[in-house]
Amino acid sequence: MSAPSPVAPPSRLRHFLTTEAGTPWLGAALLIALVVLAPVATLIWHASSGSLEHWTHLLDHVLPRALLNTSLLLAGVAVLVTALGVGAAWLITAYQFPGRSFLSWALLLPLAVPTYIVAFAYLDILHPIGPVQTFIRDLLGYTSPREFRLPDLRSLPGAIVLLGFVLYPYVYLSTRIMFATQAASLLEAARVLGESGRGVFFRVALPMARPAIAIGVSLALLEALNDIGASEFLGVQTLTVSVYTTWVTRNDLAGAAQIALAMLAMVAMLVLLERRGRKRQRYASNLRARPVQPRQLQGVPALLASLLGWAPVVIGFIAPAIYLGSETINHLAIAGSVSDQLLASAANTLKVALLATFFTVLCGLVVAWAARAVRHSDHPPLARICARIASCGYAIPGTVLAIGLLTPLIAFDSLLSTNWSRLSSADPSLWLMGSVGALVVAYVIRFLAISVGGLESGLARIPPSLEQAARLLGESPAGTLRRVHLPLLRPAIGAAGLLVFVDAMKELPATLLLRPAGFETLATWLYAEAARGTYEEGAVAALAIVLAGLLPVVLLARSQLKPVY
Amino acid sequence: MTFKPGRRPKFAYNALLAASTLLSGIAFSASAEEVSLYTTREPRLIQPLLDEFTKDTGVKVTTVFVKDGLIERVKAEGDKSPADVLMTVDIGNLLDLVEAGVTQPIDSKVLREAIPENLRGADNQWYTLSLRDRVAYVAADMDLGAITYEAFADPRWKGKVCIRSGQHPYNTALIAAMIAHNGLKATEDWLRNVKDNLGRKAAGGDRDVARDILGGICDIGIANAYYVGRMKNAEPGSDAHKWGEAIKVVRPTFEKSRGTHVNISGAAVAKHAPNRDKAVQLLEYLVSDKAQSLYAKANYEYPVKAGVELDPVVASFGTLTVDTLPLTEIAKHRREASELVDRVGFNN
Repeated sequence: MSAPSPVAPPSRLRHFLTTEAGTPWLGAALLIALVVLAPVATLIWHASSGSLEHWTHLLDHVLPRALLNTSLLLAGVAVLVTALGVGAAWLITAYQFPGRSFLSWALLLPLAVPTYIVAFAYLDILHPIGPVQTFIRDLLGYTSPREFRLPDLRSLPGAIVLLGFVLYPYVYLSTRIMFATQAASLLEAARVLGESGRGVFFRVALPMARPAIAIGVSLALLEALNDIGASEFLGVQTLTVSVYTTWVTRNDLAGAAQIALAMLAMVAMLVLLERRGRKRQRYASNLRARPVQPRQLQGVPALLASLLGWAPVVIGFIAPAIYLGSETINHLAIAGSVSDQLLASAANTLKVALLATFFTVLCGLVVAWAARAVRHSDHPPLARICARIASCGYAIPGTVLAIGLLTPLIAFDSLLSTNWSRLSSADPSLWLMGSVGALVVAYVIRFLAISVGGLESGLARIPPSLEQAARLLGESPAGTLRRVHLPLLRPAIGAAGLLVFVDAMKELPATLLLRPAGFETLATWLYAEAARGTYEEGAVAALAIVLAGLLPVVLLARSQLKPVY
Repeated sequence: MTFKPGRRPKFAYNALLAASTLLSGIAFSASAEEVSLYTTREPRLIQPLLDEFTKDTGVKVTTVFVKDGLIERVKAEGDKSPADVLMTVDIGNLLDLVEAGVTQPIDSKVLREAIPENLRGADNQWYTLSLRDRVAYVAADMDLGAITYEAFADPRWKGKVCIRSGQHPYNTALIAAMIAHNGLKATEDWLRNVKDNLGRKAAGGDRDVARDILGGICDIGIANAYYVGRMKNAEPGSDAHKWGEAIKVVRPTFEKSRGTHVNISGAAVAKHAPNRDKAVQLLEYLVSDKAQSLYAKANYEYPVKAGVELDPVVASFGTLTVDTLPLTEIAKHRREASELVDRVGFNN
């Protein structure tokens, strides 16, 4: 390595740019935060333009119920995903049993199944004329569902269970990474000091993993809060459903915006809670952490561990996948082939998801790095505020986000189009190609939280001493990012990118409103098929979504199996 | 990364080019042989009609399915909107379009002659294309000749009624019609009793009513008639066919008017339509005998034009006596109906 070149007498601008190391990053982060704020600002504008009488009706008849349902749903889902996610992560980390390595990645599979598809699948699977109840009736000797029937799935407990079994991977993933990177020595020390297996878990491992659990649970709850498909199918009147119906059936954009803002307040509390919990923990360690040594299990405990471990996978992924697969086979047997529209939708979905992933990870990196880079300057709070704002979009229901985006996007576009025609005589049909942009902007805003959160905690795991050493050896701040942090961030970038990709493929409400003419994604095609009432064909699209979502999940799982740092 | 003064403008220009193409949100339809259709109705349902239109006239139809937020989208697009025809499946939505000022009046003798006066706008801004009656699905083995909408509140149906969300436009239209006939107080009592009679939560779709009747969750339900045509004509052995075979249709009537409640699918020409003449041409085509019989045969709906042949399954339901209540009355009480659903907690 050559000696660093001497710095020429700096101009004022260069001096500002190089010594105020974080400022360009801060500027970029501010810009991103403003873009995320645009729909929120539009929402506020819409909400304040509404009349108070809507609000009284909503307050009296809609909000209390919706708030109660949403709160109960979130509480139930939080408990369930924590129990499932942490339990599964600990099972994989601490114990060795047959099939463990396969199970450790299989536990992520429910990530590929969107909430609306799992609801749609189980309504059929658990329906009185579906396979499960028919089997039970045959066992008990009944012939007609009118003689014997299990309680209906369409209820709040039903929704909690379904959402819990499909959202637990968020907690499992973050907790598993945390358990895998914890210094095994701490846990072994606890064991040596006489703590039982249970005690090691509850008194040492669990508290250390709290930040990871908090992140995972908050992501899962944001997903549950945002969901409209499952809540609608299962008849649970959540806040999201109320926003939707207030807007759709009463054409009351202002009222919908008002409820949406109330939802944002709830989300803000959730996020604050999570951040507060994380602050207490120090998680940068200078020790090269070695993974925990799993304890070998034999015989009955091994079988039990297997069963417990596989149960969430079966419920959250295997059962719906088998259902969708058999429906698809039935449909293909009757109809003979897959339609061209389905293939076109698949291609569109891939295109949009890839674009969205690229930009989301890029913006997430900018925001996370800005927070880190200005850490020692005069305005660290500003960068942190940017990061919080950038994470807002995830909380806004897709439909409301889309409405909030319509006005700014179209204003921006008309501004561009009037200036563009001055610059060139290009055929206006050129715009067709670029019109996916509205969707990409919406997706970036929606999923920025994933990349910001993942990259922030990835950056936090990198000890400051590495950066200090690099700077001391003469590397510029940008060079440090490129040569020190980025390589170390690769797992975090990969994980964030894959999560964003899967979520972008599954996205439905915003896509329905913002897509250009004649453009279908797999999700909107499935929804249209369901609207048409042809569930059999819808199952094909659903299966396609799940299969497409499998690849990033499998890749993600395999990257986690290697020991982390 | 160092900025050399010479390189910067090119980078910025490329970035602007990329950004502008990426951030554009509108597809422009510049061809003269095209007409653009924005619909809240799944376009594939009327694709056969649109294909026939293209075959007969050579005009291509681009469809945009906007399930929710059609008005917001068209309004936001403003005078740059490429929408020519706006189509929707609910009288309330259609009238909202007119009220929002995104439609324009058109003068067409063909439309006036094909569509009865109470099924089109007095100001020539909206036109009905087909009728969708809301009927009772009854377990196939049940002996039930006739029923009124009011009778659904009867205690004999306790725990036996299935219906979709009360807030769904099909249901709020029915409730609005009930309010128009019987007044708000009587309708509130009716709705509370219907809620007590529900066999399961008011959720799902209309076809789920048939499925749940087969599943023994309920014996009777309220849903749209055209699904039955579709189900009974589905491939034998498919789920849809099984559900269709489990039910039969009885057309309920209102006590006062002895007519069945219908909703409509209708259309209007967009205010800033770039291809206005093609838009009118499309609408006139959709009320032609050919298109109306496609509505009847392919969609199992009731044609708005008199004298068009029905699908045999639909014909088997008997004659349709349309409720004489003017559609604009239904639209008037829509808001009240929706608030009533919340007040009664129908979906809870």
